[in-house]
Amino acid sequence: MNKIVFDAIVVGAGPAGNSAAYTMANAGLNVLQIERGEYSGSKNVQGAILYSDALEQMIPDFREEAPLERHIVEQRIWMMDDRGHTGMHHRSDDYNEDLPNRYTIIRAQFDKWFNRQVRDAGATVLYETTVTGLIRDPRGQVIGVQTDREGEGFYANVVVLAEGVNGLVGQRSGLRSELRPEDVALAVKEMHFLPQETIESRFNITGDEGVVIEAMGTITEGMIGTAFLYTNRESISIGIGCLVSELSRVGKGSPYQLLDRLKAHPSIRGLLEGSEMKEYAAHLIPEGGYRAIPELVGDGWVCVGDAGHFVNAVHREGSNLAMTTGRLAAETIISLNKRGQACTKKALGAYRQRLEDSFVMKDMKKYKDVPRMLEKQGSTIMDTYPRLMNGAAQTWFRVDGRDKKAKENEIVKAAWRVRGLGLLGDAVKLARAWR
Amino acid sequence: MKKELPEHFRSYKHVWVFIEFEHGRIHPVALELLGEGRKLADKLGVELAGVLLGSGADALDEATRNCVAYGADLVYRVDHPVLAQYRNQPYTKVMTELVQKYQPEIMLLGATVLGRDLAGSVATTLKTGLTADCTELAIDDERSLAATRPTFGGSLLCTIHTLNYRPQMATIRPRVMAMPQPEEGREGRVISYEPDLDEQSIVTKVLSFLPDDASEASGLAFADIVVAGGMGLRSEENIQLVRKLATVLGGDWGGSRPLVQKGWIGADRQIGQTGKTIRPKLYIAAGISGAIQHRVGVEGADMIVAINTDPNAPIFDFAHLGVVADAVALLPLLTEAFRQRLLVNRLAG
Amino acid sequence: MRIFVCIKQVPDSAQIRVHPVTNTIMRQGVPTIINPYDLFGLEEALRLRDRFGGVVTVLTMGPPMASESLRKALGYGADRGLLLTDRFFAGSDTLATSYALSKLIEKAAEDHGMPHIVFCGKQTIDGDTAQVGPGIAQRLGLSQLTYVSAIDEIDPDKDTITVRRRADHGVQVLTSRLPAMITMLEGSNEIRRGTQADVLRAAQAKITQWNAAGVGIEDLSLCGLRGSPTVVKRVFAPSARSEKAVMIPAGDGGSATAAALIDAIFERQPALEEDLISEAGGY
Ligand SMILES: Cc1cc2nc3c(=O)[nH]c(=O)nc-3n(C[C@H](O)[C@H](O)[C@H](O)COP(=O)(O)OP(=O)(O)OC[C@H]3O[C@@H](n4cnc5c(N)ncnc54)[C@H](O)[C@@H]3O)c2cc1C
Ligand SMILES: Cc1cc2nc3c(=O)[nH]c(=O)nc-3n(C[C@H](O)[C@H](O)[C@H](O)COP(=O)(O)OP(=O)(O)OC[C@H]3O[C@@H](n4cnc5c(N)ncnc54)[C@H](O)[C@@H]3O)c2cc1C
Ligand SMILES: Nc1ncnc2c1ncn2[C@@H]1O[C@H](COP(=O)(O)O)[C@@H](O)[C@H]1O
Repeated sequence: MNKIVFDAIVVGAGPAGNSAAYTMANAGLNVLQIERGEYSGSKNVQGAILYSDALEQMIPDFREEAPLERHIVEQRIWMMDDRGHTGMHHRSDDYNEDLPNRYTIIRAQFDKWFNRQVRDAGATVLYETTVTGLIRDPRGQVIGVQTDREGEGFYANVVVLAEGVNGLVGQRSGLRSELRPEDVALAVKEMHFLPQETIESRFNITGDEGVVIEAMGTITEGMIGTAFLYTNRESISIGIGCLVSELSRVGKGSPYQLLDRLKAHPSIRGLLEGSEMKEYAAHLIPEGGYRAIPELVGDGWVCVGDAGHFVNAVHREGSNLAMTTGRLAAETIISLNKRGQACTKKALGAYRQRLEDSFVMKDMKKYKDVPRMLEKQGSTIMDTYPRLMNGAAQTWFRVDGRDKKAKENEIVKAAWRVRGLGLLGDAVKLARAWR
Repeated sequence: MKKELPEHFRSYKHVWVFIEFEHGRIHPVALELLGEGRKLADKLGVELAGVLLGSGADALDEATRNCVAYGADLVYRVDHPVLAQYRNQPYTKVMTELVQKYQPEIMLLGATVLGRDLAGSVATTLKTGLTADCTELAIDDERSLAATRPTFGGSLLCTIHTLNYRPQMATIRPRVMAMPQPEEGREGRVISYEPDLDEQSIVTKVLSFLPDDASEASGLAFADIVVAGGMGLRSEENIQLVRKLATVLGGDWGGSRPLVQKGWIGADRQIGQTGKTIRPKLYIAAGISGAIQHRVGVEGADMIVAINTDPNAPIFDFAHLGVVADAVALLPLLTEAFRQRLLVNRLAG
Repeated sequence: MRIFVCIKQVPDSAQIRVHPVTNTIMRQGVPTIINPYDLFGLEEALRLRDRFGGVVTVLTMGPPMASESLRKALGYGADRGLLLTDRFFAGSDTLATSYALSKLIEKAAEDHGMPHIVFCGKQTIDGDTAQVGPGIAQRLGLSQLTYVSAIDEIDPDKDTITVRRRADHGVQVLTSRLPAMITMLEGSNEIRRGTQADVLRAAQAKITQWNAAGVGIEDLSLCGLRGSPTVVKRVFAPSARSEKAVMIPAGDGGSATAAALIDAIFERQPALEEDLISEAGGY
């Protein structure tokens, strides 16, 4: 094989890899992208939320063509107990704006579209090809990748690792340590198909309007985790996830059992009724936060997206961080390329600086204590408080001849009974972690 | 755009069934199609003809009698040494000539290896429409053949018409149509056709024919009782539970596609759209969900019994009898209970 | 050897859904694949090329997106991809498809030489008709060899070929003349994994596109909907049986259940019990 040396090789075609490859190819770099799936997104059949801003930075008019499902006009946050939920709903017609801020998408379709933009920008994309390792020169500089297909490998000045949370290339090559069970959540999700009209009447929406439900509470059996439900055009994405460490520690059933229970929950059941379940999948989410971020650059390589542990679990943001980190890494490489500079660890350090200057690192730092706090207070937050809240709501709303003062007392007493002074402590800890 | 039958096709009459005839025997699908063709011909008020190609007077005589017994009013009979074994080129030539000369409005063939090979080329030489793999045939108000077939992997059915060409051709899978009762002594006419064929001009030669090992070929499609297993059996060993029940009932056995894909059973044991269509008197499905591709292969059974742990399994939508139970546990008990019951009755009778 | 392989891009029927209310196909997000039966012909073509040298050309008729399938075929190791695409082809049935493809093959033969073999799939998983291959053979006067399980001998210089062909109760050994149209039986081989060089070449290859005029089709009434004698009049979901299964109480799930089930079977089908008793079962 004639040994072409590409300007860059991108491993993976998720949001991070696509952003990196797109940005570089658009700037005229000779880019090779390698994806192990049959196509970009093929391993990712489920629904997700797309945050416009990160994509707009690269493709301002993406709305004209990208396969978007619904723009979100209503957000529900639920604290669930076994029988119901108490929560907050926020809805506004303001979200019916010209350039909506959040959309539901189906990743398989969206990623495929995004990847087509990458190819149209001039990148060469290989599918069904798994990168098995990095090729280094005698000095340790990464100069290419080896794959599971027969051949001598592919060569480039820099390798962008956008291989997702379970990035084995990075791990095997010793660039990253293995994931710790307390840093990753295992999420299972399903797609439920329903006629468009049914979805619209069940959620009180029209046209392309969409609703998101995010929930926590007794549905995770006291384990640290959350559940979600997104409305797509003619399907509903539903899922639930828990920290891997919790799943093995608490041993309260598999994530699939949790999902089955969630679907049977009185608050959810009716929303899914009559639907046809088509796809299900399990996926890891890196939730270790700032402290779990690994080494991001080295001689001849950089790491972006989930592979770099860039997920904001509190706000459920991931793909936007993946896109932004992919773009920032690409911009770093482009400027080195234009100046004819080698992609050494030192030179690539500029990527780290770009991250620090952006919202990415600022947000990651802001919530750096949340994972630890949750590790300690998990079951209180996931179990005790949801029960208290729902109990309180019932006491408050039932009209049963008792006077309101008595009801207030009962609510307060119930809370004291369960948590006592701990209540105060929890509030303080939560506030600290949030700060 | 409106499609209408052009004038020159208006003279096309009668329903034809291609009689698949190899190694001295008629393929059963041809007889099934005579049964179905009879209904179409009666509805149209026309004649039903069998089209029989082969070599050797005796064998063709008997086949001709059979065609008539199974419902044909007449038989087009073509006896020529070149036609001794099926080959596409001479068969296509003869069939094309027959159609042009005798002008049928409908021509049915079995969707077998032979039928599919022949139907495609004949339809192309005649430039007419062909609907493959039909599961239902009917005549609509405008005397047009409405051929219904599964599409998109069986999730939907579509009804196809050939409006402006003749003949209207269709292939039908074996065992989809019911086998008619033969009527001995039924009278019919024979029209012999002398084709202009010479071996020299046929490019394809049959060097030999290696018959399948008869003991291995499963008679699944024709069994009166079929027991089948699906992924609910959980392991390869449990296939024998299905086999045992089938043995006690004197029936045959099979399975759903995933079992074939896992290599647990042979491909000729697969039941369903891409496997065999069965029409047994009794079909017992153990641990089979009843996906549409499976369903289309078993719907012709007189009675379907389903054993499944999931009360919402789709198979209960089309089974006649159902039990929500663990098939692995129930099958041996069922086998034993059948054995006892039949034994007692046999002794008593 | 010059070998052409006809491939079709089809929706992955395992993932098709039917709208529960309108009974229409919900295509949204249904991925497309190369018709699985076509891959057996492609692999056979690659093997012949490896043995005799030559060029494997893959051809398809379809929307512009179908070039993805050609690219994929190149990734398996095919040498050249040709796409025939034109809005006039929309709605083609098998007769119109075989006409268009035979024109494409004639055009390709003009440019690259007459093929020794044209491979087609046994059938497609969407149309499922198994007619297009025979249709092409008939129009181009190729020897028609369907359901081939093995190519025993082939001599591209003498234009002879010997194959094994699956027939109903056995295997026919046939000799014939090239050029031939061959459909390979499923399972007769397994598609290879292309090398790094193959996939890289595929990703960067230029796919040649033709439209109807380009392949010399003058009479458009032979194409698409107009050139198709068959008309789809109705599409509908299989009707549910009016009554659902009668459920036998599972009881203990044991012998009592088995007995109850047998009672129910024979109660409905008394004739069956008599048949079974009179026949010698498997004792
Ligand atoms: C249940 C769930 C719900 C989520 N919801 C949201 C949401 O609503 N909004 C949001 O913003 N984020 C969400 N996220 C997070 C978001 O999905 C991720 O942050 C984002 O996909 C990360 O992008 P990425 O490109 O880094 O990795 P990925 O999307 O994982 O892409 C990695 C790609 O690399 C490929 N690959 C891996 N290894 C190799 C190899 N060795 N060789 C070749 N290719 C390889 C993979 O096949 C894959 O295509 C959610 C995650 C989960 C699990
Ligand atoms: C183009 C195409 C063609 C196809 N052709 C065919 C075909 O010809 N034939 C075919 O069969 N399929 C075919 N399929 C596959 C079909 O779609 C289904 O996937 C298949 O029929 C499912 O097989 P199954 O019911 O055995 O397995 P599953 O779908 O896995 O179902 C297993 C069932 O067993 C039940 N079960 C589990 N444990 C037990 C237990 N202990 N006791 C009792 N029940 C239990 C479960 O509740 C479930 O209902 C085709 C698919 C495609 C896409
Ligand atoms: N549009 C098409 N383009 C290329 N080849 C086709 C097309 N349609 C059918 N074929 C070929 O013909 C075979 C049989 O198709 P069918 O008759 O539709 O079952 C397929 O397996 C392909 O090899």
